[in-house]
Amino acid sequence: MRDVAVIGVGMIKFGRYPEKTVPELAGQAVLLALKDAGIDMKDVQLLASGNLYQSNAMVGQRIMQTIGQTGIPVINVANACATGSTAFREAYMAVASGAYDVAVAVGSEQMGKMGLLGAGGGGGDPAYSTEGVLGSGLMPAVFGMAGVEHMRKYGTTQEQFAKVSVKNHKHSMHNPYSQYQTEVGLEDVLNARVVSWPNTLYMCCPTGDGAAAAVVCSMDKARQYTTHPVRIAASVLTSDPWTQRDLTMPDINTLTRNAAKEAYEKAGVGPEDLDLIELHDCFATAELLHYENLGICGEGEAGRLIDEGATSVGGKIPVNASGGLLSKGHPLGATGVANVCEVVWHLRGEAGNRQVEGAKVGLAHVIGLGSACTIQVLEKV
Amino acid sequence: MAEAAAAPATRKPIVPFLRIPEDPAEKPYLSGSRCKNCGATYLGTRMACSKCFSTEPMEMVKLSDRGELHVFSIVHQSAPGVPTPYIAAIVDLPEGVSVRCNINGVDPDPAKLKFGMPVQMVTEKIRTDREGNDVIAFSFKPV
Repeated sequence: MRDVAVIGVGMIKFGRYPEKTVPELAGQAVLLALKDAGIDMKDVQLLASGNLYQSNAMVGQRIMQTIGQTGIPVINVANACATGSTAFREAYMAVASGAYDVAVAVGSEQMGKMGLLGAGGGGGDPAYSTEGVLGSGLMPAVFGMAGVEHMRKYGTTQEQFAKVSVKNHKHSMHNPYSQYQTEVGLEDVLNARVVSWPNTLYMCCPTGDGAAAAVVCSMDKARQYTTHPVRIAASVLTSDPWTQRDLTMPDINTLTRNAAKEAYEKAGVGPEDLDLIELHDCFATAELLHYENLGICGEGEAGRLIDEGATSVGGKIPVNASGGLLSKGHPLGATGVANVCEVVWHLRGEAGNRQVEGAKVGLAHVIGLGSACTIQVLEKV
Repeated sequence: MAEAAAAPATRKPIVPFLRIPEDPAEKPYLSGSRCKNCGATYLGTRMACSKCFSTEPMEMVKLSDRGELHVFSIVHQSAPGVPTPYIAAIVDLPEGVSVRCNINGVDPDPAKLKFGMPVQMVTEKIRTDREGNDVIAFSFKPV
């Protein structure tokens, strides 16, 4: 497998675009990434498109119909919230294998306001629906319970989880691509209406629309296109292995730890070498669990880490300088490519007022329930 | 002429692993499967063991109706038709399997819940299906 670099990235500001179509949103992101790379559609040899809500509707091909139909291979990817990052990995693998020199990954989503309450369902007699009758399988309760498990094991408090929301909303003030750019105080977060305890409204990511794209290229050709290629040191994908509570209580920790271990080995770095992390804070509770899952602190120490301010920009290990999913937003298919864009900008020194100074190595993490975990480790060359 | 008495509605479980005995004097129970090779236990039936991959037919296990509260969340926002707030929980059963359920019989307040507290299964009719059958669901309540 040969070395692969990211030579271009681009995303649109996450928000609500009911008047646009998905191919328009995604096409815009691809055009931005191509421009950033200084290439054309004719140079692209493979397109991997991630989109969840229209996963059976040939989004990749429809994107090309808006910006350039060259007849290249198109892969349409779905992997829950890890849709975009799996698409990115497909583009990476296509080039790493030697079969292609230049590939594009694009992630997009147009959600309306229903979020995951709008997805799923299907036929069958609704009298047999178990949601709210046999507990809850929806994301707010799943991540509520994951947080409560951390409270049980380590005495983590709702207040510590709430600090994640304060931090990420503050970070997003400097991110023009963020859906929301409003600071919230700790009391605002704690007093907001509860969605699924301990997560209140500001501790849940919003629904929204958006798209992000990246151009990858073999490292030996990358310098023909850019003076600042970013090397993909690792691109890892895991699914959930068997665990004791199996399907009843989704385990967001084991598959992330497995992915992290593999990514650190492949990249030849440890968590202490990371300069920044963009991780999957779909809910504030998730972020603290992932501090431990990614090994940036010891077991049970995540609460202390956020209390110390270590994960704010300017701290020891900035997490979610972009504002994270909580503030930047989470158009499902777009997220896994958007966090790659963010890390790349920091590694190039192009992250404006939210820049992590001297960033050389970054990690992008996503987890899709069901489950899939992706981790990309990127480094400045 | 006396009218014929209506036959009692058939009771159907909300999920297949909730078993409702024919004899109404017998209590409904949760049914599981245990892998003969490694002992992993599952709710309902399985084609193969997802822990050790054995495809040997599993032994059926009648699960206890009493367990411990592992974790919970208080749900305030849910799908249409679900009364909120309610306590969504994971209950650990002694056979090494966990079940997702609501906790009833206690206020939906984190201060009122204790990790590991013993809970007891109860069943009740919650809906009528399209064919007029009673849909039976289970929940757990503090002992």
